[in-house]
Amino acid sequence: MKLTKIVSALMLAGLLSACAPDNVKDADTAADNDQQSQSTDGAQTGGIDGAGTEGGMALSGATVSYEKSAINDANNVLAEKVIYFDFDSDQISADYQELIAHHGKYLAANSDMSVRLEGHADERGSREYNVALAHRRAQSVRRLVLFQGVNAEQVSIISYGEEKPVALGHDDESWRLNRRVELVYEAR
Amino acid sequence: MKKVLSKCFMLLLSVKKFLSLIFLVFFLLPAAQAALRVEITKGADGAIPIAVVPFELLGNAGNTLNVSDIVTVDLQRSGKFSPIEKNKLIATPKDLEEVNYKLWRIAGVDHLVIGKLNVIKPNQYEVSFRLIDVFKGVQVLGFQFAANDNSLRGISHHISDLIYEKITGQKGAFDTKIAYVTTERKQGVQPSYKLQVADTDGYNSQTVLNSTQPVMSPSWSPDGSKLAYVSFEKRKAEIYIQNLYSQQREKVSAFKGINGAPVWSPDGKKLALTLSKKGNADIYVLTLATKKLQQITRHWGIDTEPSWTPDGSEIVFTSSRTGKPQIYRVALRGGSPKRVTFEGRYNASPEISSDGRTLIFVQGEGNIFKIASMDLQTGFVQTLTDGPLDESPSFSPNGSMIIYASTDKFKGVLAAVSTDGRFKQKLVLSEGDVREPTWGPFRK
Repeated sequence: MKLTKIVSALMLAGLLSACAPDNVKDADTAADNDQQSQSTDGAQTGGIDGAGTEGGMALSGATVSYEKSAINDANNVLAEKVIYFDFDSDQISADYQELIAHHGKYLAANSDMSVRLEGHADERGSREYNVALAHRRAQSVRRLVLFQGVNAEQVSIISYGEEKPVALGHDDESWRLNRRVELVYEAR
Repeated sequence: MKKVLSKCFMLLLSVKKFLSLIFLVFFLLPAAQAALRVEITKGADGAIPIAVVPFELLGNAGNTLNVSDIVTVDLQRSGKFSPIEKNKLIATPKDLEEVNYKLWRIAGVDHLVIGKLNVIKPNQYEVSFRLIDVFKGVQVLGFQFAANDNSLRGISHHISDLIYEKITGQKGAFDTKIAYVTTERKQGVQPSYKLQVADTDGYNSQTVLNSTQPVMSPSWSPDGSKLAYVSFEKRKAEIYIQNLYSQQREKVSAFKGINGAPVWSPDGKKLALTLSKKGNADIYVLTLATKKLQQITRHWGIDTEPSWTPDGSEIVFTSSRTGKPQIYRVALRGGSPKRVTFEGRYNASPEISSDGRTLIFVQGEGNIFKIASMDLQTGFVQTLTDGPLDESPSFSPNGSMIIYASTDKFKGVLAAVSTDGRFKQKLVLSEGDVREPTWGPFRK
C-alpha cells in the first residue's frame, strides 16, 4: 500500500537524518501531497489525509531536516503539526508515532525552541470531561516527544476541550478534524 | 441593563392529540434587544387551567412592560399550568366585585388572576394582583408592590412565584437567574466568548465576562451573589470568583495544567474543582477562606465534573476509571469511590437534586447524547430528552425543572424539561451559540 511506503520512507529518512539533514523526496509522495492539500483546503488541518483515524496518513513532504529554520519549511516533515485521535481516546495511532518522533528530534536538536501542545476534543459528550480527555491527548504526545531526549521544559500543555473547534460542522468529518493535538512552536 | 419597552405578543395555539398543547410564543423586540423565542415543544397533560386577565392600566402607561403577559408565559413555561389565551377569555374583570364566578366555573377555569398597573409617574409604578379560587369563590392571595423600570420585570416573575406556590404548594423559581456561556464565531473574526447572567426566560441578559478565549463552567455561590468560572484569557485555564454586584473578581486556582469544573459547596465555604497538577485530572476541594486544598480522588483515569450532595458530605463525579466515563460518588472524609451508573456506555456531568433523591446527567449512546435522571433510591433511570447533543443539565432551585444545553438546527440553545420528563421547552436566543446553563439559587 502506498501510504505504508511513505511511512517507511519517512522512517528511513528519519534514521538517515540522525547525523545530517537529508533530502529524501520521491515523485509519488510529492504528487500525493498535492492532492492532500487540495482536499483539506480551508480546514486548517495542515494537510493530513482524511483517513488519518483509520490508520492511513500522508505527510506533506519527504524532506527531513532538524535545522532550526526547518520548522517553517512547508516541505519539511515538520510542517505537519496536528495529531488526530479517535473518539474518547488518547491513544496515538501507529502512523503518528513517526511524525511525533521527528518533532521530538527537532526539539532535542534545538534546545532554544519550545512547543505548546494544545489538546482538543470534538463537541460530543460533556465539556469538562472533554477538557480532561484533550489534556490526556496532549500528554500522550508529550510522552513521545520527551522520548527523543527533549528537555521537559521545552514542552508545555494546554487543553481547550471542545471549546476551540477548527471545523464547525456537526458530522463525522468535522468531529474527526476537531479531535486533535496541535503543536505550536515558539522560540524560547 | 436592557429594558424591554415594547413587545408584540403572539400566541399560536394548536390542540393536539391527548390534549397536549403546543404553544409558540414570539417576542418581537426593539432592535437593541436580543430576540428571544420560547418554544414549548412538549406540553404536559393535566396542566391546571388558569385565566390571567390583562392587568388594568392606570395613568399614562405608554410602553410599560406587560406584567400579565410575563406572568402568563411564566405559568405556561412551568408546565404545571395551561393559561387561557388572551383572546379566548370569557370576561375581563378588573376588580373582585366584577368577577362572575359561575361563568368561570362553567368554563372549567380553576383559578383567575386579576390585577392593576398604576403608573404614578415615569419610572414609578404600583402593581397589584389578586389570585381567585373560582370554585370557592374567594380571593386566596393578593399583593401590591412598588416598582420602577429596573424592578418591574423581577416583580412580575415574583408574582408568578406567589401564584405558583399558592396553587402547587411548591416554591416558585421564576424570579431567579440563569448563567450561561455564549459563543459567536464568524469567518475571519476572532471568536467571542461571553459569560452571561439573565432572567430564567432569557430576558435582562448581562455580560459578566467577554473574552476572545474560552470561558467555561459557571457555578453559582449558594447566596447568588457570585459566580465561579474557568477562563482561558491568559492562554491557560484559571478559575476565578466574580462578585456579580461589584464585578470584582479573584483568581482562586491557577495550577499547572487543568483548573476546571469549579462547583460551590452547599454552605458556600468550599469549591470542588478538577486539577491536573500531579499530571492527571483528579477532584480536589478548596476551602475558600484558608486556600487549603484537599485531594479527594487519586486515580490514573480521568476524574472530573464534581457535584456536591445536598449535605456537603459527598461528591459525585465523572470518572473514566473503568475505561468509559461513568458516574461515581465518594465521601469527603475518605473511602473508595462507589460507582453509581451502570446503564449505557457514556454517563457524565452529574448533578444531585436538593432533596438528594435524583441524579441528573448526560447519557451518550453512539452519537446521541441525552439528559437522563436516576432515582437514587431505586436506581431507576429515565431518559428525559431526545438529543442529539444535549448536555450540562442543571436543576431549578425548586427541583421541578432541569435546564440544559441543546441544539436547534445545529445552533446551541437553552432548553428545559420538567424533572418527570413530561414537559419540554426551548429558549432560543439570537446571540450566537448558547451553552452550559446553570440555574441560580432562590433569591434571598
